[in-house]
Amino acid sequence: MRTLHRKLLRDLMALKGQAAAIAVVIAGGVMTLIIAVTSLDALTMSKERFYAESRFAEVFVTLERAPERVSDRLRALSGVDRLETRVEAPVRVEVPEFADPIQGRAISIPDGHQPELNQLHIREGTLPERGRGEQILISEPFAQAHGLRAGDRIHAIIRGRMERLEISGIALSPEWIYQIGPADLLPDYERFAVIWMNRQALAGAFDMDGAFNSVVLTLQPGVREASVIEALDELLAPYGSLGAHGRDEQQSHSFLMEEIEGLRVLAAFLPTVFLAVSAFLLHVLVGRIIRTQRQQIAVLKAFGYSNADMAVHYGLLTGFIVLLGSAVGVGLGAWAASALAELFAEYFRFPEMAFRLQPQVVLLGVVVAGAAALLGAFHAVYGAVTLAPAQAMRPPAPETFRQGWLEHAGLQRWLSQPGRMILRNVARHRFKATLSVVGIALSAGLILVTGYMFSAFDELIDRQYRLVQKADVVVHLTEPSAAHAVAGLRQQPGVQYVEPFRAVPVRLRHERLTYRTAIEGLDPGLHLRGLIDGQGRDIELPPEGLLLTDYLADDLGVSAGDRVRVEVMEQHQRSVDVEVAAVVGEPIGVSAYMQRDALNRLMREGPTITGARLLVDAAEEDALFTALRNTPRVAGVGLIAETEAQIRAYIEDTVLAFMAVLTVLAASIAFAVVYNNARIAFAERVRELATLRVLGFTRGEVGWILIGEILLLTLLAIPLGWIIGTGLAWLLNQVYTLEMLRMPFVIPHQTYASAAAGVGVATALSLLLIVRRLRRIDMVSALKTVE
Amino acid sequence: MGEAGEAPAEREVVFAARDLVKIYVMGEVEIHALRGVDLDLHAGELVVMLGASGSGKSTLLNILGGLDSASGGHVRYGDRDLVQAGERALTAFRRHHVGFVFQFYNLISSLTTRENVAIVTEISRDPMTPDEALAVVGLDERMDHFPSQLSGGEQQRVAIARAIAKRPDVLLCDEPTGALDSKTGIRVLEAIERINRETGTTTAVITHNEVIGEMADRVVRLRDGRVADVEHNRTRKRPDELHW
Repeated sequence: MRTLHRKLLRDLMALKGQAAAIAVVIAGGVMTLIIAVTSLDALTMSKERFYAESRFAEVFVTLERAPERVSDRLRALSGVDRLETRVEAPVRVEVPEFADPIQGRAISIPDGHQPELNQLHIREGTLPERGRGEQILISEPFAQAHGLRAGDRIHAIIRGRMERLEISGIALSPEWIYQIGPADLLPDYERFAVIWMNRQALAGAFDMDGAFNSVVLTLQPGVREASVIEALDELLAPYGSLGAHGRDEQQSHSFLMEEIEGLRVLAAFLPTVFLAVSAFLLHVLVGRIIRTQRQQIAVLKAFGYSNADMAVHYGLLTGFIVLLGSAVGVGLGAWAASALAELFAEYFRFPEMAFRLQPQVVLLGVVVAGAAALLGAFHAVYGAVTLAPAQAMRPPAPETFRQGWLEHAGLQRWLSQPGRMILRNVARHRFKATLSVVGIALSAGLILVTGYMFSAFDELIDRQYRLVQKADVVVHLTEPSAAHAVAGLRQQPGVQYVEPFRAVPVRLRHERLTYRTAIEGLDPGLHLRGLIDGQGRDIELPPEGLLLTDYLADDLGVSAGDRVRVEVMEQHQRSVDVEVAAVVGEPIGVSAYMQRDALNRLMREGPTITGARLLVDAAEEDALFTALRNTPRVAGVGLIAETEAQIRAYIEDTVLAFMAVLTVLAASIAFAVVYNNARIAFAERVRELATLRVLGFTRGEVGWILIGEILLLTLLAIPLGWIIGTGLAWLLNQVYTLEMLRMPFVIPHQTYASAAAGVGVATALSLLLIVRRLRRIDMVSALKTVE
Repeated sequence: MGEAGEAPAEREVVFAARDLVKIYVMGEVEIHALRGVDLDLHAGELVVMLGASGSGKSTLLNILGGLDSASGGHVRYGDRDLVQAGERALTAFRRHHVGFVFQFYNLISSLTTRENVAIVTEISRDPMTPDEALAVVGLDERMDHFPSQLSGGEQQRVAIARAIAKRPDVLLCDEPTGALDSKTGIRVLEAIERINRETGTTTAVITHNEVIGEMADRVVRLRDGRVADVEHNRTRKRPDELHW
């Protein structure tokens, strides 16, 4: 069998272009799987590790103030495992030479040692020493954003008093893997800081001696979280509890889970599509290549090689290509996945990004690709060996040609002889032509679906920042204030227009479903804040009733006309049933809205605001920031343009980075498919074309018969590819609906055009390569030999 | 007509075909390629089968060689019936007993001269070495050339070397000179004749060229799927005595 193996190697060399193209298809499928599953695994595993080693709490409570003795009663609650009380407070931080306001969150740790829960991972320096009130730990991303090191000093304004603080160390916390400020969607490491201080010092500064305003705890195994939460709420209600909640409502955790969920959807959807498409293409391509060797198979059989020998021979040939493609796919996939994990690490701060290549995933990819290719190979070998060798060795009998629609329609008068041959060839080999068209269309569909992701995110951001967030600056106040505070804002430098709002933290409840969010009270006649439906059309703000983001309405299982219970989570806790007036279709975030008057009435308060949206003169932005920074009642200032840039960067770094890789893959697959189709068409036609040359057709005419056929198939494939791609995009749109982001189902003309262009370029390149072969057709030898 | 018994009685019968029928279904028409052929081939003889195209000679050869199956009748080879034989048995039959030479050589284009022979010797029980086989056809010079680097006559001689390398019991040649000029064709026939004479391999050559019949022990003429007549040559001409 050694000689047969040598033939295998030589065949591979001869087929190297096609083999490489097939390997690309395999690599594409395997790579998608590896990237998606491995980056998902990296996030999940890093999270699990950090949670476990830092003893991340399972239940969290924020309250106004409770004396420390209450903690004994909390610990005594059934189901509570470990419990720790803390002091938490908002602070304003100042870093030398940084003008923008920085919001901060100060969290207490037991004096001189690690907390029992949510332990800190110290990256640099040490914990604050016992009795050293000025020593703090700061979060790593904040330190990096400002180039701060252990030993550096910063300022913080704590309860209106400027404190000089010394950085004793830099840390990461499982509570702040995704480190964002209270009103933000995305991390802003420059303008939001997390700091940890000794409990005694922090309590002293905030008048919390012998008291706490934050509780974290873990549960005993097998305990129902809801029952513990209920008991905690009951016990802590007198102390101004904002309600206990599990990890699902913990900000960092829920964002992390959101991202993992998004990746999970992509990891299930895209590799399935890519692998399925690759599998189909492999089946077709390998099958057709082997069919061109039909006569060789017959000769080998004539000399006594068995069907099994042939199956093994072509199985090895295919297996070799599969292995090559898989190796490339695994290598590039691992590389791309680790690059993606690096990008994720920018947003999700783990002590280390755990990255591993799971053998079972590699195996799955190789097995799927291998099975598809081998199936195609065996299908073709079977077809070849079941023919008696004598029959297989004869040149295939001329196919039965009949008068078809072409003739009946009288079209031949309008077509040249080669034109007629093209149409007849395609019409005659309908099955083969259909497979080619479907193959090319599938690759066009892949290009389209990745293009869709780009255009959908573009549209999403456009809607959010052209139709929803139309302000330049958002100001949050430290506490609810009388509405005339608006006048004060109007006087600030550069402010051209002000629209106040009242935000109330609430828990919405419908039957057993709850959701924590804020109701934003808005004034009618808004200019700086748009309310839109799913198609981007404006929605009127009704005088009464709630507007809910459609995602939220779905989550709570309500629609317009239903009533939801609003549990206010501010000082004066109360519950009121409110009717849902309508749902809004904003693409980012989850919120509830009502008219400010109605909300003020619901809160039994006079005209009250908690913040405002501003239109400002860009030239005076710096002056405005300085002024706002010196206004004690201002808790935070958000720059909408900045947020937009951040969200764009975030999407580009995560989902779109993934998509960019897939686009390259889709384009490579398109090329591989078109090129292979062209090569096979060439192999199948070469005798016929040589004959035509002998009969006096020019090179151009002969070339046109092949090129025209390839072009015709490509042209037929493009609209089909659009349909397939649109279907895939729609499916993806249906499954990829996240809490933070919801993609609109919009496919602009450019996306369709780029899918067509991708296939067009692939065709042009393939034709260039084929034309070189056409030039070299040797008329005489092509006629003489059977092979 | 076509009676098997005309051959020398002392020679053992290798192939015995009886009432052999082959019908091809091509689309909507049935083609009766063989309409009841009776024929014996004897050990060591050189038979030339003559016939116009469509006479059924290739079909007959293919069935004798286990390359095709018959629609009816029997072919006995030794103690087995090839018409009844399954795929596995036919493969073994071809592997161990039959050497083929085709009109269009059918060499594997990706293998060298030597390798094209080796691919057969590697699966045979008691083969010659490829070099020995190539020496028999006078091609010991161009062992490492690929088919595309050989002339038609050379390619056909490689094909013959490939066919005889396994020391087959029967050598079946389908228009071995059909694609060659007469001078080259005669060299190819010399190779076939020599193998038949020196090794006693039963040899059947099919051709439409009457002249080639003169080198045979027997000439079998086929017409319209039947044996039209069988002619016994008293003496075999040497190939170099043939002219066309």
